[in-house]
Amino acid sequence: MENYRIHGMSGEWEVVIGLEVHAQVTSQSKLFSGAATAFGAAPNSQVSLVDAAMPGMLPVPNRECIRQAVRTGMALNAKINPWSRFDRKNYFYADLPQGYQISQLYHPIVGEGEIDVVLDEKNPETTTKTIGIERIHVEQDAGKLMHDQHPTMSYVDLNRSGVALMEIVSRPDMRSPAEAGAYLTKLRQILRYVGSCDGNMDQGSMRADVNVSVRKPGDEFGTRTETKNVNSVRFVMAVVEAEARRQVDVIEDGGRIVQETRLYDPDRNETRSMRSKEDAHDYRYFPDPDLLPLELDQAFLDECEASLPELPDAKRARYESSLGLSAYNARVLTSDVETARWFEKLVTATAAKAKKPEAEVAKQASNWLTSELFGALNKLGTDLASSPVTPESGAELLGLVASGTISGSAAKQVLGLMLETGDGAAAIVTREGLTQTSDTGAIEAAVDAVLAANANKVADYKGGKEALFGFFVGQTMKAMQGKGNPGLVNEVLKAKLA
Amino acid sequence: MTQLTELGVAAIRDGVAAGSFTAVEVAEAFNVNVAAASALNAFIVATPEKAIEAAKATDARRAKGEALGLMGGVPIGMKDLFATKGVQTTAASHILEHFVPEYESTVSQNLWDAGAGMLGKLNLDQFAMGSSNETSYFGNVISPWRRKDGGNAALAPGGSSGGSSTAVSARLAPAATGTDTGGSIRQPAAFTGISGIKPTYGRCSRWGIVAFASSLDQAGPMARDVRDCAIMLEAMAGFDPKDATSLDMAVPHWEAGLNPDMKGKRVGVPREYRMDGMDADVAASWDQGIAWLEDAGAEIVEVSLPHTKYALPAYYIIAPAEASSNLARYDGVRYGLRDLPDGAGLQDMYAATRAAGFGAEVKRRILIGTYVLSAGFYDAYYTQAQKVRTLISRDFAQAFEQCDVILAPTAPTAAFGLGEKSDDPLAMYLNDVFAVPASLAGLPAMSVPAGLNREGLPLGLQIIGRPFDEQGVLNAGLALEVRAGFVARPEKWW
Repeated sequence: MENYRIHGMSGEWEVVIGLEVHAQVTSQSKLFSGAATAFGAAPNSQVSLVDAAMPGMLPVPNRECIRQAVRTGMALNAKINPWSRFDRKNYFYADLPQGYQISQLYHPIVGEGEIDVVLDEKNPETTTKTIGIERIHVEQDAGKLMHDQHPTMSYVDLNRSGVALMEIVSRPDMRSPAEAGAYLTKLRQILRYVGSCDGNMDQGSMRADVNVSVRKPGDEFGTRTETKNVNSVRFVMAVVEAEARRQVDVIEDGGRIVQETRLYDPDRNETRSMRSKEDAHDYRYFPDPDLLPLELDQAFLDECEASLPELPDAKRARYESSLGLSAYNARVLTSDVETARWFEKLVTATAAKAKKPEAEVAKQASNWLTSELFGALNKLGTDLASSPVTPESGAELLGLVASGTISGSAAKQVLGLMLETGDGAAAIVTREGLTQTSDTGAIEAAVDAVLAANANKVADYKGGKEALFGFFVGQTMKAMQGKGNPGLVNEVLKAKLA
Repeated sequence: MTQLTELGVAAIRDGVAAGSFTAVEVAEAFNVNVAAASALNAFIVATPEKAIEAAKATDARRAKGEALGLMGGVPIGMKDLFATKGVQTTAASHILEHFVPEYESTVSQNLWDAGAGMLGKLNLDQFAMGSSNETSYFGNVISPWRRKDGGNAALAPGGSSGGSSTAVSARLAPAATGTDTGGSIRQPAAFTGISGIKPTYGRCSRWGIVAFASSLDQAGPMARDVRDCAIMLEAMAGFDPKDATSLDMAVPHWEAGLNPDMKGKRVGVPREYRMDGMDADVAASWDQGIAWLEDAGAEIVEVSLPHTKYALPAYYIIAPAEASSNLARYDGVRYGLRDLPDGAGLQDMYAATRAAGFGAEVKRRILIGTYVLSAGFYDAYYTQAQKVRTLISRDFAQAFEQCDVILAPTAPTAAFGLGEKSDDPLAMYLNDVFAVPASLAGLPAMSVPAGLNREGLPLGLQIIGRPFDEQGVLNAGLALEVRAGFVARPEKWW
C-alpha cells in the first residue's frame, strides 16, 4: 500500500499520529459514587454527595468499572498491572466540583498492548498493521457547563461528574488519516464486543484527542499538537488531514510548530489554537490520599479473563473456517457485535428448525442476511437494530425455503411482507397462498398438458434444441400459477423429455 | 445530690442505667455550664435541644427496659469538623459559615447510635490547622487554665481541638470528639489536663469529617480519663464501607480489656526525643513517667527512632500538599461563601471567594502545599517527604521489635499564652514535634495528664503503640493515670 504523503513546496512530508481515546465505561454507577450514569437525564438528577464534592465526602472505587478496564486491557492483549494507584489532577473549573480529577498518572491499571488493523480488506495479508497501545488508565469525567440558560450566568450540570472513563493511549504509530480511522474503528469494535463501552460517539461516550506532528520521512519526530474531544471517526481523519497540512504550511513558511492544545471546527474543517504550553495548567499530580492502591488478586483477574467474549478477529476466522462463510460475509457479519449476535441467533434457530448442524445452514443464512435482509432494510432506510424481522422469524422463513414449502422468489416476496406487517413467515405464506406444490402427481399432470400442447417444440427439443427446456419449465410454472416446486418440475420434465 | 457535671462518661452511663439520675438531668446540667461559659468561646453553636432530645430518648429506652448503649445518656461536645445533619458545620471557617449539611458523619452517627447526645459544635483551629486555636474565624478559644503567677494571661487550650479540650477541662462536657492530623487531639489534651487518644489510622471513619490531610486525619475521643476514652473510642470506631481507607477489623472491647498491670511489658524510651534545651519540667515529667511504668511492672528499654528530626519537615510538606487539594472544593460554586464582585468571571469569583473565606494560616498552608506539588519541585519536596515518611514508619517498626509501647512527652512545653507564638509559624509548628511522628506512621497514640509544671499548668505524657494496639496504649495510659493521681483542675474564673 502506498505511503500517505503531504506534498509541500520543499518536498514530501510524513504525518505521525497518536490517539488518546476517552471511552466511558459501561456501568450502572459512577467510578467513585453510587450515582447513576444514564444518558440524557434531567440536569443534576444523577448527583451524589460525593459527585458534588460536599465537605467530608470520600470516593470509594466501583469494582465494576475496574473490572471493565481490566477486561478491555485483556482484549487488547495488554499487560494488566495488578498494582495500580489513583492520582489527583488538580485544577479549578466550575464543572470540576472537587477541584481535582481522580485519574492515574504514575501507575495506570493497564500497560502496553496492541491492535491489528487492516487497511485494505482486499489485501489483508499485505496491509495489516499493528498499532501499539501505551497504556489504559481509568479516571473521572467532569460535569458540563451550560451557557445558554441565563443571560449573564453559566449553569452547571453534574450528571456526568464522576462517571468512569478509560483513557486508551496509543503509541505514535499511525501514519495516515486512514490508519487513524482504522485504529479508532477497530478499537470501538473491540470495546463494543467486550461490553466495556457502548462506543456511542455522538453521545460523547467515546471521544478522541488527536496528536499530530509532521516530519520529513526518516527524520526525528516533529513537535506535536493535540486536538481535543474529536467525536467521530470521520472527524478524526479530517483533523489529521487538516492539521498535517497546516503544520506543513507553517513550517514551509518559515514558522515553527508550538506544542499546544487545539480544537476542531467541523463547519470550517480546520483546527484552532485553544491554549499553548505556556498557558498550560500545572496539574500538581499526586497520589490520592483518600484511596488505597488498587491491588487485583488472581481470582479477580481470572474472572475477568473468563468473562471475555470471542473477539472480532477470532470470530471472523471461525466464521470462515468452521462455518464456511465467504471472507466478505465473515467480515461484514463481525464488524459489529450486535450484527454478529443477530447472525448467530439466526444460525442457531435455523439449524434447530432444519434439525441440521449449524455449519450446514450457516452459509445460506449468511447469504440471506447480507444480501436479502440488509438490502431490504437499506431500502427502508433502517438497520438491523430496529428490524421488525427477528432472528427467529428469519429462521422461520429460511426453514420454509429449505423444506421446499416456498420458492426462493416467493421468499423475497414474503420477506417484504414480514418487514411491512411484522407478521411471521408461515402466516404470510398461508395467507397469500404462496405454498409451492411438491405433489408429483399434480406436477406430472401439468407437464403432460404442456408437452401435449407443444408437440412441435418437443420434437425440436428432441432434435437438439435443448435451449427449449427453459420454455417448458416456464410454461409448466405458469400453468401451476408459480407454485410448482422448481426442482421437481425440472426433474419431471427431464424424465418426460428423455 | 451528686454534682452531675463532675461526672465522666462511665459514671454518667452507669448512673443513668442504675437510675441514680436521669439522662435529661445530666443534659440540663451540662447545658447550664455551656451557657455560662461563653467567655471560653469553646462552642461555635450550642445545641441544648439536641442534648435534651437524645437524653429523653435514653430515658424512654430505660423506662422500657431497653439497652442504653455504650454512651447511653452521655451528652458530648462535637468538634465542628464533623458534619452534623441539620446543624451548621463550619470547620471554624468563614467559607463554610452557615453551611448546614444534609448528612451526618459516620463517627457522630455512631455516637448517637450509642446513646450520646450533642451539647453543641465545638470551636477549633480553622480547618484544623493550628496548635493553639487561634486560627478560628469564630475567635480564639480560651483555656480555663491560668498560670499560678497571679496574672490573668489568657492561655492557649492547644489545637486544633481547642474547643474540645477546653470544654472537657472546664466541665462543659464530660467528653468531646477530636480529630488528630499531627497532634490535634494529644497536644490540646496535654495543655488542659485531660486524656485523648488518636487511634490507628483507619479505626474511625473519615466519612463526613471535613478533610484537612486525608492520609493523616483520624478522629478520636477526648475525656477526663483513660476509661472514658476507651468507652467513647469503642463507640466511635468501626469499619465504614464509605471510607476506602477504613480498617475492616472488628472493634475490640477496650473498656473490658483495661488493665494497668504492665508486668511482662516493655516500654521504649526514644533517645532522639530527648532534645537539647528541653524544657526542664517536661524532662522531669517524662522521667517520672518512666519511673511510674517501671513501678507498674514494665521493663524500660531505650529505643532509637533515628529519623525523628525529619518528621516535622516531612509533615509540613505532606499535610499542606493534601490540604491544598482537599480545600480546592471550597470555590463558591455549589455551597458555602460566594463572593461575586460586579462583572466578575469565574476566576475572579474563585479569587474573591477564597480570599475572603480562608484565614491566614489556611492560606499559608494552601500556598505551601501548592508549591511543594508544583512541577519542578514535586520530587524535591513531596517525593522526598514520602520517603521520610516510610523511614519513620520503619523506625517505629524496628523499635516495636524491642518494646510494646513507647513513652514520650506529648508536647515540648506546657500551654503558652495566646498571641505568644501566633506571629511565628515555625515556633508554633514545633509544638507538634513529639506528636507528628506517630501521625505519619498512622500509629495509635494517646496523651494522659502527668502533673503540673512549676507554673501550675498541666503536662501530658504520650504513649505510642503498635498498629491496632489501642488496648496496649490505653493500658499503659491507665498505669500512668493510676500513679499520677492527677486531680488538678482549673479554678473557675469564667
